[in-house]
Amino acid sequence: MLYNEPSPLETRVLTRRFGLPNSAHIDTYLAHGGYRSFEKCLEMTQEQIIEEVKASNLRGRGGAGFPTGLKWSFVPRQSPKPKYIVVNADESEPGTCKDRVLMENDPHLLIEGVLIAAQAVGAKRGYIYIRGEYRYLIDIMDRAIEEAYSRNYLGKNILGRGIEFDLYTHTGAGAYECGEESALLESLEGKRGQPRIRPPFPAVAGLYQCPTVLNNVETFCAVPSIIEMGGKAWAELGVPKAGGTKLTCLTGHINKPGVYELRLGFPVEKMINEVGGGIRGGKKMKAFIPGGSSCPVLTGEEAWPLTMDYDSMAKAGTMLGSGGVIIMDEDTDMVKAALRIMHFYQHESCGWCIPCREGTTWLKKLLTRLDQGLGTSRDIDLVGDLAQNMLGRTFCPLGDAAALPTISIVQKFRHEFEAKIAKVQVAMPASANHPFVVVQ
Amino acid sequence: MADLVTLTINGKTVQAPPGTLVIDAAKRAGIEIPAFCYYEGFSLQAACRMCLVEVEKMPKLQASCTLPVAEGMVVKTESDPVVKARKSTLEFLLTNHPLDCPVCDKGGECELQDMVFRYGAAESRFTEIKHHVDEKQWSPIVFYDAPRCILCYRCIRVCSEGMGVGALGIVNRGVYSEIAPSHGDHLECDECGACIDICPVGALTSGTYRYQTRPWEMKHVGTICTFCSNGCKTTLGVRNEKIVRGNNRDKSGINGEFLCIKGRFAFDFQDHPERLTSPLMRIDGKLQEVSWAKALEAVAKKFAEVKARNGKFGIVGSTKTTNEENFFLQKFARQGLGTNNIDHHRSGDVVTLMDALAGRTNALATVEDCYQMKAALVVGADLAQEHPLLAYQLRANFRHHNARVYTVTRGPVREDQYSVSRVRTEPGKELEGVESLRPMLSQEPELLILFGSSIKGEDVRRLVAFADSLNIPVKYICLVDYSNSRGAVDMGLLPDLGPGYQPVDNPGLTLPEMMAATDLDVLWVVGANPLARYSLAAANAFVVVQEMFLTETAQRADVVLPAASAYEKNGTVTNVTGQCQKLTAAAKTMGTKPDLEIMGLLAKEMKLNLGIWTVQSVFEQIRTQVRGYNIPLPVVATGQAAQTSPLNGRIPVISRPDLIQSASNTLFTSGSLGRYSKKLTSVLEYPGELYRP
Repeated sequence: MLYNEPSPLETRVLTRRFGLPNSAHIDTYLAHGGYRSFEKCLEMTQEQIIEEVKASNLRGRGGAGFPTGLKWSFVPRQSPKPKYIVVNADESEPGTCKDRVLMENDPHLLIEGVLIAAQAVGAKRGYIYIRGEYRYLIDIMDRAIEEAYSRNYLGKNILGRGIEFDLYTHTGAGAYECGEESALLESLEGKRGQPRIRPPFPAVAGLYQCPTVLNNVETFCAVPSIIEMGGKAWAELGVPKAGGTKLTCLTGHINKPGVYELRLGFPVEKMINEVGGGIRGGKKMKAFIPGGSSCPVLTGEEAWPLTMDYDSMAKAGTMLGSGGVIIMDEDTDMVKAALRIMHFYQHESCGWCIPCREGTTWLKKLLTRLDQGLGTSRDIDLVGDLAQNMLGRTFCPLGDAAALPTISIVQKFRHEFEAKIAKVQVAMPASANHPFVVVQ
Repeated sequence: MADLVTLTINGKTVQAPPGTLVIDAAKRAGIEIPAFCYYEGFSLQAACRMCLVEVEKMPKLQASCTLPVAEGMVVKTESDPVVKARKSTLEFLLTNHPLDCPVCDKGGECELQDMVFRYGAAESRFTEIKHHVDEKQWSPIVFYDAPRCILCYRCIRVCSEGMGVGALGIVNRGVYSEIAPSHGDHLECDECGACIDICPVGALTSGTYRYQTRPWEMKHVGTICTFCSNGCKTTLGVRNEKIVRGNNRDKSGINGEFLCIKGRFAFDFQDHPERLTSPLMRIDGKLQEVSWAKALEAVAKKFAEVKARNGKFGIVGSTKTTNEENFFLQKFARQGLGTNNIDHHRSGDVVTLMDALAGRTNALATVEDCYQMKAALVVGADLAQEHPLLAYQLRANFRHHNARVYTVTRGPVREDQYSVSRVRTEPGKELEGVESLRPMLSQEPELLILFGSSIKGEDVRRLVAFADSLNIPVKYICLVDYSNSRGAVDMGLLPDLGPGYQPVDNPGLTLPEMMAATDLDVLWVVGANPLARYSLAAANAFVVVQEMFLTETAQRADVVLPAASAYEKNGTVTNVTGQCQKLTAAAKTMGTKPDLEIMGLLAKEMKLNLGIWTVQSVFEQIRTQVRGYNIPLPVVATGQAAQTSPLNGRIPVISRPDLIQSASNTLFTSGSLGRYSKKLTSVLEYPGELYRP
């Protein structure tokens, strides 16, 4: 199902079959051009496929934005080891809800993308690692995979061409950390979901230490249209260094929240006011997160003139991330927002490395106290300092993800913290159970 | 070497082979990079973030424990960003760490304490409530205090990688992560305690040692474990003449950090309440306490009387007493009493192996060879149970050098986890199993053969002939049971062989023959318990026993002389691979005497001239008189292992395979001595099936 009305400003490439009756069914898919790109790939060499993807300037849609064609070219195709395709459908970044609509409305698009990737690197087996909370999607994907098997798009001797490919779904157990590619692989192998030491990267030693193409759902879903349109045409949909469209999730205090497919480089103002129907209640925008809660937070004034692409966001000191836009209006309590974000990362920290494990916990306790007004101005400095101490020193990017929004919120909204602590006067120290006492 | 990589660390030019980790290269250059989770020999974690260093041209600080050296790399380990990062990591660590150092067992030896002392911040900015979890007891030996745990995963790695057991894992997530046994609330493992020793903080503590003393109040005595034949060095912590701890944290000796439950915890037999502390004499049919003078006088009188009338002596030596004691005992028997009726419990056919290998050099393996040789064949032995150090070394060899291990055993063994080929045979048919491996073994560049007591007599010669036909260099280890089983053979506690395998003119009685002889006048047992297996046929024999406990044999004795344990005396012992190491007295039990002193006093009482009987002078006699024992004194004196090599000449004696039988001890048993260790008897014995893959 669709959760929002489509907007006329969208450029519907990946989502063009959304809204068709029975859109998840293979007959609908085949009737609307499905699996043609895969059939086209059967006539192409592996190099040609990879070159086409490179030409499209497709960058990974999971958040890091690594060029996909380049990633595929790192796979040692001559290696005697089996190669694997792994789909990262562990969409857990707060504010992000694009992969679920893709899999729900057009599961065969993902399967076709995976098949093309398998052709490009010579893989015979693939896994779709689906977030545990997306239980209902597993049924949809499994049905789609079954359909693909019955129509001979999966299995042995695909389309009578002597190629084989098997695709499986695998459910996560509810850990955000397993969205990190190496932790995902560990989890897929049946181990504890903790990140691996890199290098080697998954392209060289991924699943079961074999060469593995690991991409986000949206990245794979973009591939069939790249083959169909040609890489160059696809690149022209976007901006010079990043091609194509991006599924953008508008969330927060906005009139028409939802998932919209917009060209890369779409202006923020147009996106909020025209696509999203403006800020709820006609209020002002206080804060803007462009791509999931792990990106540094921008103030409304900073955000309005920007465009939605990798470089523009990087210049503004933040990231395009996964496309999970979070909009906060003028009534938002930024201390609470910082606390909520930290609560998430503290809860999801896997415990592997010290700065993340202890840092997120300390920060959550500190922010809880500041939110209650039970702090001093020194505590505000401490929040920034602790987040800085985590930044860049953790084993995997989860620590950075927790530190970056915190640092930016303390920097840009310090006055809100100060206002909170000014309301309550505290004396220290006090009992062991509660170190601070409110002085009436 | 031409292919070294040159890099700069703190302005110092350092060269290291490619693939070396920066933390190791720095260490070799004398620059310490602090780390908790990095532990040489185990898999990499990069979890503690203490070893972060600054590398030029790299935007972020890098974990030096996973960063290989590269040509031209410029590393700074003490720059401002590095120092700041270290400080903050320690600050983070201390947020949930209970600062209970004054009552923590690790206080004084704690790596976290040392690091905070050196790098930490003095100011504490953490004013929140700490996360607390109650302490847990996992076994009589292992306690876990989760709040102290810094999650460095060393215990998990030493258990799964080092020991091959995998009894530990992690539960929960994030700050609530805890180490937990695979069996939920209790351990089913070797109970080796390696996890306790490897723990950098006081999270894992030992049931024997906890809350006993502060580490700086102990004297630390390095000596050799008195249980199995592997000869591990154990450092005993002694407070007020009481042994309170055993470990090998300084990684000295042939065993490195390895010790099994016996070496680490089973020292408690030393102050067992049933320890004999006074000589006993049978008066009116009952054993009664008497003075040393009276007891020695009675024994000397009896010995002199039997000797004068040319009576029949039977002398049983020990597999746990020192080389000096064994040497002096056989000298006492042969020169002092004029008899060759001397024997001990034989647990491996060392004699036939030495004869079969006579004249070769480099055919006897050392413990180090178990770690270095490219292939190993285990025949008829459960190494992990009976020879834990050799098993540990083989496992490490597999992990580090990809050694190929073959097993030919009766049932499944732990080595199967990683062996390239495993053959199951009926007892006595091991050689057929070995033969079936010929195609694979002949492809190996070299081979180490470890064989148990089921290979004896002609089978040993056949095994050597088989190995010779492979045309590759082969080394051997003949597996024996106890800490000085090998030394007992070398020192000539045999009726037909004197010290150094020299044949004697008129061979005496073997152990079963002595026990069966109805006309035996005197049975003198030094540190053995033959009556546990045999019955004494001579009803009127005068039985003298030197023992620590009232064993079956001591209960039958006419005179019992309380002996000092191996942890209470000096001397040398020879391990299963023929490596001679020094024992150093750690403690004392009032009323006991070392066996050497007892024998010396007895000789004095009998007015026998057997030479000076100090440890040093007897060891000097061994060095000059015993074949293969002309070992360098400084090596032994400094506590290292000296390899003996008694292969220069044939041994014209037919070995008696019927007399050779291993006691087949497990990790939790050790003959009669093991029964007197409360720790050994209190742990849950690991059901063998669990090892089976």
